[in-house]
Amino acid sequence: MPMAASEIERLIREAIPDADVTIRDLAGDGDHYAARVVSRAFAGMPRVRQHQLVYRALGGRMGGELHALQLETAAPSGE
Amino acid sequence: MSDANSRIDEIVKNNQVVLFMKGTPLFPQCGFSSRAITILEHLGTPFESVDVLQDPEIRQGIKEYSDWPTIPQLYVNGEFVGGSDIMLEMFQSGELQQLVGAPASETGA
Repeated sequence: MPMAASEIERLIREAIPDADVTIRDLAGDGDHYAARVVSRAFAGMPRVRQHQLVYRALGGRMGGELHALQLETAAPSGE
Repeated sequence: MSDANSRIDEIVKNNQVVLFMKGTPLFPQCGFSSRAITILEHLGTPFESVDVLQDPEIRQGIKEYSDWPTIPQLYVNGEFVGGSDIMLEMFQSGELQQLVGAPASETGA
């Protein structure tokens, strides 16, 4: 069952309120996405933890109803 | 520790570089696993691979082992490194080469 980009964005923002979320639908099929998430919450955090935070925001959907999400996370630069 | 968990632990501890993936290095069954293999081949470092499609217990167990919902998963020196997105970022920055002790390629840096 495909997931709408707006729903992915909403779930991430709900868990990480200051997140700047950019989502691209890679294949136009509502099932292969790339997301870039920028948040102050990521500052000083190892990459694995940053991605885990996003995966947790998506509940159990990652690896299930959401198969393909390329993920890039970063803390805002130039603070 | 469950049976799957101890089996995974043994694989992770006994192999310096090991990739849990869908399919085999020659025939990856998923784009993300394929990308992970491409990166490891660029590194030129010897690595072990485990095809989770051949073993439902490992396929589920590895997600709990690392608290990571997707496959592929790379482990180096007994530590979880990340999935293919993190592998690519670390390869591009040269960190992955450093981690596995491979010479940093000029194109990869």
